[in-house]
Amino acid sequence: MNATLPIDGADAAHPLTSAVPAAAEQKRHSATVRITHWLTVIAFVGLLVTGGEIVLSHPRFYWGEIGNVNTHPWLNLHLPSSRDTVPTGYGYVLPDQNGWSRYLHFQAAWLAVATGLYYVLWGVFTGHFRRNLVPARPDRSFKAIAHSTMRRLRFERPNREEAWSYNLLQRWSYLLVVFVLFPLMIWTGLAMSFGFDSAFPSVVRLLGGHQTARSLHFLVTIVLVLFLFVHVVMVILAGFRARMRAMITGRAVPPTE
Amino acid sequence: MSKISRRKLITTGVAVVAGASGLAVAARVAKANGLIPPDSGGLYGAGETLTYAAQRLLARHAMAREFSRGEISQNPFANEVAPLGEEFNRLQAAGFADWHLTVDGMAAHPTTFSLAEIKSYPTSSHITMIGCEEGWTYIAEWTGVQLSYILDRVGALPQVRYVVYRSIQPDWWESIDMSDAVHPQTLVATGMNGADLPVPFGGPMRLRVPRQLGYKSVKYITHLTLTDNLKSFGKGKGGAASDGGYAWYAGI
Repeated sequence: MNATLPIDGADAAHPLTSAVPAAAEQKRHSATVRITHWLTVIAFVGLLVTGGEIVLSHPRFYWGEIGNVNTHPWLNLHLPSSRDTVPTGYGYVLPDQNGWSRYLHFQAAWLAVATGLYYVLWGVFTGHFRRNLVPARPDRSFKAIAHSTMRRLRFERPNREEAWSYNLLQRWSYLLVVFVLFPLMIWTGLAMSFGFDSAFPSVVRLLGGHQTARSLHFLVTIVLVLFLFVHVVMVILAGFRARMRAMITGRAVPPTE
Repeated sequence: MSKISRRKLITTGVAVVAGASGLAVAARVAKANGLIPPDSGGLYGAGETLTYAAQRLLARHAMAREFSRGEISQNPFANEVAPLGEEFNRLQAAGFADWHLTVDGMAAHPTTFSLAEIKSYPTSSHITMIGCEEGWTYIAEWTGVQLSYILDRVGALPQVRYVVYRSIQPDWWESIDMSDAVHPQTLVATGMNGADLPVPFGGPMRLRVPRQLGYKSVKYITHLTLTDNLKSFGKGKGGAASDGGYAWYAGI
């Protein structure tokens, strides 16, 4: 099998016909990657907006099992709150939006979990991760990561292989998001559920308590938002229209270099 | 149309039909097994139903986490409540001697219990966490009579599916399914941390449902109704919170 072209094991034996104008496009992203990507976008936006709203009802964070306005927070966000029981220093109280926020948060969580499970199972069985995300053996070093990072920071053009696949920094960060950060979000999220903890108490005990789970849920969110920011910036730098087109239609023009 | 795309079309069609009928069958099975919450309609009904059904399938008999005496919060937070009203103030002035809990609905012997009677029944205690949907928590020891004991005492009929409970506060009520109603940790609580339940924490009497968020542990309860259907209560969503846009099931 061709090591670099095309990604996701798409059928390379189908050169495009003359009906397609301009340069010859080829299959870049498989349907599964595209559909799960956009479902994840929908779920993530829903989770982020509602999660932020829920935080506003108590914008303080604690470690351990217990935390309330009578205990000391390790982080106080100094935001106005949707509850007048929280001492914020602001002279007003935001409207309570927790009802629909919590409903939508958990519905979006189901979408994220279902999409993620499907994507991971598909990725394992089709070899997507092995082929496209897990870096080649010589690239599994800090030196290689540093090298790739420096190239990105210098805004160097990707080489042909990187342009048509994923560069090293991308590979590691996608693997981190898929196999570390999202599972951590699910773990810390479930650990805050009283019903779930009844059946599986070690899920919250291993983390160090209910409030620690809540704090970690918040901290990992920040890491995911940073990832999203860098991801979108990179897409813009790499050519927003072409990259969006590739993630929507699945097709892109291979680098000619 | 090429052969491959036609085959794809047929496969997709079959998958859609199979998926839709699978969903329909799942919905029927879920309904027959009491896995559909009263707020299953509307925009967020799908997620809500999945959460409730999943937790009931995984954790119907699970026990809420219990803590050691040393983990009890030194300074628990009593969430604010609406003004309690004249009737409450009158009862409080008399030391709650006239506080009553009325149990009616689908019971062989609907009964009104005095606070003293409730306190004379065998008590049960647990040190559990109470958590608010806002995100804060504290741990306390709760003491009271198991709700299941009260249900036995009034002769709850076998077809009862929900217990509706009301606060002395106007229009404040909630309901739980039988999984929580007969759960050994669900208490008609009259004590906290070894003393009478203080008024800011729901005294003289609150329901304590430790597997769900605090808003299901309604304070100042005066009335239980046993029913097989929540449609005739409020907007039919099973509680003042759910009528107001919050989830009926608060196990998450």
